[in-house]
Amino acid sequence: MSVINNKKIKISYFPGCTLKTTAKNLEISAIESAKKLGIEMVELSKWNCCGVVASLTSDDLMKHLAPVRNLIRVQEMQKNKLVDEGENRLLTLCSMCFNTLKLSNKRIHENNEDLISLNNFMYLEEDYEGEVEVIHFFELIKEIGFEKVKEQAKTTLKDLKIAPYYGCMLLRPKEVGLDDAESPNIMENFIESIGGTAIEWEAKSRCCGSYHTVNNKHIVINLAKSIIENARKNGAETIITTCPLCAFNLDSRQKDIIEEFPDFVPMPIFYFSQLMALALGVEEKYFGFDDNYIDPKKILEEKGLLSN
Amino acid sequence: MPKKLKFDYKGSEFLDKIVKLSGEIITLCDQCGTCSAGCPFVEEMDITPSQIMRKVLIGDMEVMDSQTMWICASCFTCTVRCPRKLDVSKVSEALRQVKLRQAVDKMDISDISAEEAKRLPVIGLVSSFRKLTG
Repeated sequence: MSVINNKKIKISYFPGCTLKTTAKNLEISAIESAKKLGIEMVELSKWNCCGVVASLTSDDLMKHLAPVRNLIRVQEMQKNKLVDEGENRLLTLCSMCFNTLKLSNKRIHENNEDLISLNNFMYLEEDYEGEVEVIHFFELIKEIGFEKVKEQAKTTLKDLKIAPYYGCMLLRPKEVGLDDAESPNIMENFIESIGGTAIEWEAKSRCCGSYHTVNNKHIVINLAKSIIENARKNGAETIITTCPLCAFNLDSRQKDIIEEFPDFVPMPIFYFSQLMALALGVEEKYFGFDDNYIDPKKILEEKGLLSN
Repeated sequence: MPKKLKFDYKGSEFLDKIVKLSGEIITLCDQCGTCSAGCPFVEEMDITPSQIMRKVLIGDMEVMDSQTMWICASCFTCTVRCPRKLDVSKVSEALRQVKLRQAVDKMDISDISAEEAKRLPVIGLVSSFRKLTG
């Protein structure tokens, strides 16, 4: 394993439901990429649903049980020495898990009475001490340093024009966002670190329609189409995302967009981690390209980034 | 003819309920329309987010019949832009909750075809059940 500055990181990792089902390609490519950067992602033991979507009413404490229970598990990981000593952070890949866990953590930080009520409710669990920090994978890369990712890269994604799609949950609300809500640049820096070209576009944080994809899919069809067309208008050849719901809406829903708009030209959608794995020289079997709906290989082959 | 507004006890109680449930001081809304201008869903809505704010403020309970609160997907675009630092997403959530707590669901799982159910990501299913059922 190549290690940057000999610094290894062993950290608790929260996968969430979708990374074990329709977004296996996000998880597998991220775990293998992390290894190349000296990060060992140790899956949280006995994790449960993150509690998605973040509950927004004042009297709904019950809905914060699921996220807080996961935070207790992080304490256990520390006590059982499964992660680095003093490593109190919980690493997430899915934007929605990141947002939900962080919002719940914030609420109980600000309302000690809520923390006491939740701890009392989970009588047989150890108390949550409020010391866990929820972070996203991008924040860990930023901490290691984008220039170091660049040094480790085996392949440069030169000439690949990539639209960084933040969506909602990485940026909003501001108190949990990992970057400026209106003009973020963390994904652009990431794209540059793997040698790609980040395009500037208007729809980078426009909502994809989220869960309306379940019973109101025409909303998602319209929004996803507008996002993809905006990316193309600005010169993008592909869009990257970190969110399994955005990925479904932008990638898989292109099937529905094409049915409704036969002239629509499809665009491949990647998880950021798939392109990172490619750049870092991870074995191809960990890219998980078979789980992408629109063929992701074609563009990479055209650019000479993938052997046929 | 200007429309006369009658602000009765019931309306005042309704405003109070939504303020408490959302934690937002709705009376601070200036009706500047920034939330409506930036909302990615506004074209799908029957009334705009700023109209929602106004109707709640004047205690107009007919707001509960609007589809707007169900279309709002808590993307927080309005939240980060409101010059009064109000969170319209929380107001929508409070309105949805008032309705859902009458044990009235906004979606029916049987409406999802088997083919779609197989294809949809778990996170989408869980999110929609959380937002649209009580």
